[in-house]
Amino acid sequence: MASWLSGHPDLAGVALGTFFGASTRILMLRSDYRQYPAYPHGRIIHMALGLIAGALGAVAVPALFNKDYTAITFLALAAQQFREVRNMERNTLSAIDQLELVPRGAAYIEGIAVVFEGRNYLSILAALLTSLAVTLAGWGAGIAVGALYLALMLKFRKGKTIRDIARVEFADVRLDGPDVHVGGIYMMNVGLEANRRIIAEQGIGFVLTPKSDDAKVTLANLGQRQAILHDVSTRLGIYRDDGEPALLPLAKLELASGKLGLLVLPRERDRDKAMMAVTGVPLLEAAVRMPTEANRRKGGA
Amino acid sequence: MARIAAIVTTRKDEAAGGAPIIHVADRERLKSVSNLLEKALDCAAHQIHEDMIILVDRHQKNR
Repeated sequence: MASWLSGHPDLAGVALGTFFGASTRILMLRSDYRQYPAYPHGRIIHMALGLIAGALGAVAVPALFNKDYTAITFLALAAQQFREVRNMERNTLSAIDQLELVPRGAAYIEGIAVVFEGRNYLSILAALLTSLAVTLAGWGAGIAVGALYLALMLKFRKGKTIRDIARVEFADVRLDGPDVHVGGIYMMNVGLEANRRIIAEQGIGFVLTPKSDDAKVTLANLGQRQAILHDVSTRLGIYRDDGEPALLPLAKLELASGKLGLLVLPRERDRDKAMMAVTGVPLLEAAVRMPTEANRRKGGA
Repeated sequence: MARIAAIVTTRKDEAAGGAPIIHVADRERLKSVSNLLEKALDCAAHQIHEDMIILVDRHQKNR
């Protein structure tokens, strides 16, 4: 094996590059509570694309070393393909979203689609670096670089969550006649006695206090709020049905302070799990704003 | 924009205009009729005061 690898440096580069490229993609492909990609056919699509991404990245290096500069056009071709992946994800999720009791919302879908595209590029990069290391310094170096890349990937693949930008606390759900309040924040007017009873019995309230001025803007984003409601509803189930317009999980701002009141109607009324679900919601790229950075003048002040 | 799909009230003189107005005899009937209409129209019932409930249509296609 070792002598074969040394005897065929180009092939070794391509093989190892493809291997690490595809492994990167597979490692980043997790079926978690979001249940997306759907097991098993959605996975097959992404594993196949990961393999292709790996192969493309790996082939580019030996080709360039043999002065075959047109190889770079393959990478452009790959970029085109992966933009297509993003479209595919967006279309599928948007179609499914119309049938959700608590929809993901366009911002969340866009976030997921971007991640799918981005991860294919990461997998190309893994293959490229591995293949480059093999070509320059032999197959041992290739394995070392590939393994290092995988390790870094595992460390950095987790994005930020609500926990990083807001303090999440339980709040009482209070009914004052038809008006529902969560921790003093007015939520909605419920006309029917039966619905009020369900909300009083099933509802769990949260108040999210933003930790900074930037966080205030992010929490106010409607896409981010919908993502929170969707994730909590997915993880805890939802006490709701079609044709029950009043039983709606809801997020509303307290305008004066920027706090976000959250009313969820989980099927499983486990407070610890509910807390974990809310704090673990990913921050959407589309929702993160940095007004404090944008308004900072050059040269201090 | 949300639209008022129906108004259910026991006080006939307090409601007028474009939405269907359903006049009921007492608060018991107000409750049962609003409940039925909420399910039938898939529109949330909101209480204006104890003698009047409006059903609000928030479906996307009507916006």
